[in-house]
Amino acid sequence: MTDTPAVRVRGLRRTYGDRVALAGIDLDVTCGEVLALLGPNGAGKTTTVEILAGLRARDDGEVRVLGEDPARAGLTWRSRVGVVTQGAADLAELTVGEAVRHFAHYHPDPRDPGEVLDLVGLADRARARIRTLSGGQRRRLDVALGVLGRPRLLFLDEPTTGFDPQARRQFWALIRALAAERHTTILLTTHYLDEVEALADRVVVVAAGRVVAEGDPATLGGRATARSTVRWTGGQRDTDNPAALVADLTRRYGGTVPGLSVTRPSLEDAYLELIGAPS
Amino acid sequence: MTTTARPTPLRAVLRLGLHRGVLELTAFRRERDAVVFTVAMPAVILILLGALFDGVYPGSDVTSAQYLAPSMIAAGVASTTFINLGTGIAADRDDGTLRRLRGLPMPPAAYVVGKTLMALVVSVGEAVLLIAVGVLAFDLSLPADPARWLTLGWVFLLGGTACALLGIAVSALARSARSAAAVLNLPYLVLAFVSGVFFTPVAALPEPLRTLGALFPLKWMAQGFRSAFLPDTILPQEVVPSWEHGRTALVLVAWCIGGLLLCLTTFRWQGRRNR
Ligand SMILES: Nc1ncnc2c1ncn2[C@@H]1O[C@H](COP(=O)(O)OP(=O)(O)OP(=O)(O)O)[C@@H](O)[C@H]1O
Ligand SMILES: [Mg+2]
Repeated sequence: MTDTPAVRVRGLRRTYGDRVALAGIDLDVTCGEVLALLGPNGAGKTTTVEILAGLRARDDGEVRVLGEDPARAGLTWRSRVGVVTQGAADLAELTVGEAVRHFAHYHPDPRDPGEVLDLVGLADRARARIRTLSGGQRRRLDVALGVLGRPRLLFLDEPTTGFDPQARRQFWALIRALAAERHTTILLTTHYLDEVEALADRVVVVAAGRVVAEGDPATLGGRATARSTVRWTGGQRDTDNPAALVADLTRRYGGTVPGLSVTRPSLEDAYLELIGAPS
Repeated sequence: MTTTARPTPLRAVLRLGLHRGVLELTAFRRERDAVVFTVAMPAVILILLGALFDGVYPGSDVTSAQYLAPSMIAAGVASTTFINLGTGIAADRDDGTLRRLRGLPMPPAAYVVGKTLMALVVSVGEAVLLIAVGVLAFDLSLPADPARWLTLGWVFLLGGTACALLGIAVSALARSARSAAAVLNLPYLVLAFVSGVFFTPVAALPEPLRTLGALFPLKWMAQGFRSAFLPDTILPQEVVPSWEHGRTALVLVAWCIGGLLLCLTTFRWQGRRNR
């Protein structure tokens, strides 16, 4: 059971009219893993996630999600998969509490609606009309509805867009708890690199419908082994051995080196490099 | 709370369909402007046309307005089912309702059941309002005996369900929520016309239009309602001098089945822009 991957994708293609959105994506997600899908606007993240969640059709490619083809999977499969999509504007006239209680009816073993609202920090808005929620609150409701059915595999399409810093930390804690306690497999897309570093076991970078890199967030794009830049008031130098250079400088200045800093390429630098953007 | 015993599909359809119906009604009720205008439109047409038409049909004491009233009830039910659902589903497709449902362990039929239940409840309100207008403004008398009440009941159920399913089926024609009202109003107005609702009595319609109208449920629902409210002395004004209850039931049941099949074959979870 544990060695069959949660998601296995080979050669996934999708075009809209004559616009190629996915030009052959390969993707593996192992059970219990938190995978971040990263990529610029229009890279094909939403298209990928919605195909994997059985919400869109694909043109070509082999897709297995929890051992089934999402285009054909039945209700039992759906009860194991949770999905938070981008840009939902439904339920406007209902209250937060009504919506969560209503959707609990769909699942064989739902979480307690009150508990879910606590988890996403919406308990004090339970009686508010969804139409009146702020952008970030609305997003939290979507997340609440996504985790309501205790899914084994959770797709999150830009889940924290519009969250304030505190809500984002709270969301991270929720995702870590889902991953750690319930071994939930999570595939999330995001534009926030700190989120990737905080949450993801592995990151896959897509650009223009192709996978351009994948790996551990700490080593993405070879940044763990990349040259460091040492800067000080008198100049700057790239080096493989910053410790030696700093020691050398310390000796030269006879104590404190003025304005000293040592930097490795950040995840953001590595990412921008990968998608070919000028940094 | 047990996860082992999965409910049978039919039970799941009815259980979730009921939950959805309640939810849909709650949401509908809270969109006050939509409620007022959806429900008021047929009543306003009844008042306007009823005031315009005058005269009594020969051989009976039925006025033109009284003849119009039951037909308008049918048109009202068609509007709170066919148009209400057709536009409502186009909106559900645009705002992400359907995408959310698609991602949930819900049998698709539960959505159809919920929508139909909602439409039938709204239609009961519509029918009560139109009957009240007919009685108060045009001296329409309520069905004279239990048999006629029964006729009112089954014609309402079959006709309302048929029109609701048709509305769900044709919602696929609308490209977006914004165009849906326009898309649905054209067939609705044509049908109301050729079914002898706006043009009374029905027998005065030209033969080809009458034949066209007889293909669709609205004509039969209107005729069924007239049979419940009007005395038999009005029968000479009908196309054939009989209420044709058997044929009415047959056509409406056929449309319920056909409408369901159409729903299942034409239903799209995603709009054309987002498949
Ligand atoms: N329904 C659609 N019709 C036509 N083109 C589409 C449709 N959906 C997506 N596309 C196109 O496919 C490409 C990939 O879109 P997608 O929404 O998957 O990107 P994304 O990576 O999720 O972007 P973002 O970060 O902005 O959410 C884009 O070029 C987009 O214009
Ligand atoms: Mg997207």
